[in-house]
Amino acid sequence: MKPTRILTVDDSASMRALLLHALTTQGFEVEQAEDGQQAFEWLATNEVDVVITDINMPRLDGFGLIEQLRDTARHADRPILVLTTESSDEKKRRARDAGATGWIVKPFDAEKLATAVRRVAH
Amino acid sequence: MNGIDIQAIFFDECEESLQAAEAGLDACKAGTQDSETINAIFRAVHSIKGGAGAFGYEALASYTHVFENLLGDVREGTVLVTSDLVDMLLLALDCLRDHVESVRGGAPAPDDEAIKARLAEAHENVGKDGGAAAEAPAPEPAAASASAEMDDLDALLDDLLGSDPAPVAEAPAEEVAEEEDEKGEEWALYVCPQAGAMDNGSEPLLWLRELVELGGICVKCDESILPQIDEMDPKQGYLAWTFSMPASVERDKVADIFDFVGEQCRVLYGEEALNPPARARAEVAPAAKAPPVAAPAATSATTKPETAAAPAPAPTQTPTPSAPASQSIRIDLGKLDQLIDGVGELVIAQAMLAQRLSNEGLAHFEELAMLEGLVRDIQERAMAFRAQPISSVFSRVPRLLRELATTTGKHVKLVVAGETTELDKTVIERLSEPLTHLIRNAVDHGIESPEDRQAVGKDPEGTLTLSAEQKAGRIVIRIGDDGGGINREKVLAKAIEKGIVDPEVHNLSDEEIDNLIFAPGFSTAAQVSSISGRGVGMDVVRQNVKELGGRITIESRPGQGTDFVLALPLTLAISDGMIVQVGDQSLVVPLTHVVESLSPAETEIKGMGRNIRMLNVRGQFLPIVPLRQLTGGPRAETNIETNMENGVLVVVETERCGQAALLVDAIIDQRQFVIKSLDTHYRSVDGVAGATILGNGRVALIVDVDRLVLDMTSRRHAPAEAA
Repeated sequence: MKPTRILTVDDSASMRALLLHALTTQGFEVEQAEDGQQAFEWLATNEVDVVITDINMPRLDGFGLIEQLRDTARHADRPILVLTTESSDEKKRRARDAGATGWIVKPFDAEKLATAVRRVAH
Repeated sequence: MNGIDIQAIFFDECEESLQAAEAGLDACKAGTQDSETINAIFRAVHSIKGGAGAFGYEALASYTHVFENLLGDVREGTVLVTSDLVDMLLLALDCLRDHVESVRGGAPAPDDEAIKARLAEAHENVGKDGGAAAEAPAPEPAAASASAEMDDLDALLDDLLGSDPAPVAEAPAEEVAEEEDEKGEEWALYVCPQAGAMDNGSEPLLWLRELVELGGICVKCDESILPQIDEMDPKQGYLAWTFSMPASVERDKVADIFDFVGEQCRVLYGEEALNPPARARAEVAPAAKAPPVAAPAATSATTKPETAAAPAPAPTQTPTPSAPASQSIRIDLGKLDQLIDGVGELVIAQAMLAQRLSNEGLAHFEELAMLEGLVRDIQERAMAFRAQPISSVFSRVPRLLRELATTTGKHVKLVVAGETTELDKTVIERLSEPLTHLIRNAVDHGIESPEDRQAVGKDPEGTLTLSAEQKAGRIVIRIGDDGGGINREKVLAKAIEKGIVDPEVHNLSDEEIDNLIFAPGFSTAAQVSSISGRGVGMDVVRQNVKELGGRITIESRPGQGTDFVLALPLTLAISDGMIVQVGDQSLVVPLTHVVESLSPAETEIKGMGRNIRMLNVRGQFLPIVPLRQLTGGPRAETNIETNMENGVLVVVETERCGQAALLVDAIIDQRQFVIKSLDTHYRSVDGVAGATILGNGRVALIVDVDRLVLDMTSRRHAPAEAA
């Protein structure tokens, strides 16, 4: 079976490194983007199985990225997880309203990431 | 990559964040307090907090948490940016820098009690008029939550640093096994995904599989409301499952699976799961996202009154309304494009046949006309497969206007017409960016402030009109505002200041002045927004439209408003063109550029220098560009005089250089042609937009008019045009 491909979107280099490490050790294939705009442009011509995105980012934030992706035919049904520091119901509702498939509450461990990804990877 | 490397990245990043925050605060102090500046400061501190949490720097995490809380208030606008506040934030930033230094050097954390208390106080004063003093100080819970987060991270960090993560992963499993021995009671779980449960990439099947992995056994599948197959919409939830979960599985663990799930999936536990509310077919009818009356917690904003009010009669009605939905099938876009490509070839083959027959003197007979009609028909229908209503783009505008209303304070009414007009899917997808920019521009610069509008007797609320229609084989989209119109004096002054226009030139027409806003380098202050990020200039908008094979024009009436008119092709694959003869070559000039064609009298041609000829068209002088240069090389240029006598001039409109006259030997035909990219078959060539196959089977190059005229004119007037 082909490994699940994931795009992580985070403007923090250390967070990217952590995600890369955690996800690759769980056997996922990882691509990385530094903000929503870069991710959106990359996704215009590339495919991944799951997108994991931070919310607070320059240029295009996580919610904006999701909304734009949901408007494209290619990514309308793409599983997208948001990384959030808060797990309040209000935050979850916002993520869901923005079109997120699910969320991962920071800080995360490799196990938690893998569970969240498997829960949405088609 | 190991833990140490990642930490090094983190410290580099801290340095960048600290600088960004400082730059932002300096800007605030200097008076720039827009949302982007505040956001940048927030992000900087937020990013340090994220890393601090991840690496287990408790004191830093706790401090940034307090700092971020206050910045969050500033961002929300609940705390006002005053000079005192900025001073305090700068102090807090200094302390943050000390924190980062201490972590990096392994030194004890700096004394942050005083500043932390001030930050917490400012944060707590928000929304709490009085009584704030009685509350516990913020640092305590922050520290507690930070340390709780640490446990989670230990596994990841251990893993990074090479120790064995296995015990962490296995521990819960052992506990589970023990519990199973103790109590043997199984419990029931009811899962009922409803309409919308598969939206946004959710897949209920995965949840069910996870239940099975946990040891759950499906004891019942309720298919009572499953409709006939021709009424079935796969996105609706028709099935409900009852699972028997082993006693060892805690309810929380199951609830975790459904954490992502909103109101679109009903999940019941224990006793409730054994007696789920009755389901009626009405609740899966396409329009009804509404939960049934029996569902306790769920209320939905999307509830449609009519469906909620009348759930009972729905079952009898279902067969009729849902029947049309089953009349569609999903086709892979790639297959569709292959078909459309094939139809393109068919168009060419038909044209070749017509040409051959015409050469044999058999041009006019009924079967050929019939074939031509059929081919055109098939072509149009194939194109329609890719067509989508423009409403998918227009529907995003209200949200954009709301956002603009908050940033600019201008409330704008939206009037939309022709949203059912259909366009090629690719055109639709690539239209959204220029359209967004034009609307932003209309609200920002076009529509006046409410006060100014009232002063001139207008409705304080501006109106934005969006319309789309199909006209003469093209789609015309109009973005109109009822603002003040383009201030031509200001535009001209700015264009002169930017060196776009020679100050000596005084006879620019209104239209030419309006078009200056499309000149590269005209847009100044980068407009910042949360939607499209840093703004782009209008030249990029024009470029985007041009890449779609379209044109953009401006109609501005002083005091009454401005209309931007986009004329776009119906499809990107087929276009109308004029076939011209140049030497022994046939070339195609896209019809969108052609204004007129004429055989000039000798007196209408004026020489300028050695090689330049200008054509006088009703008093306006246009540069003559011999197309022979594209096909023949420099030798042709010297023969310009002899070519002129026998040639025809095609006046074309270009994006950057106004009008020009292309000199060709003869005009042969005007017809539709299928565009084949040179890039994919050969390589990109300057001045050539692509190639096509003519009716006689020969390949003809499609002229890139904009590029060609730009190249020719800039080569001649190099010093003047360089500006």
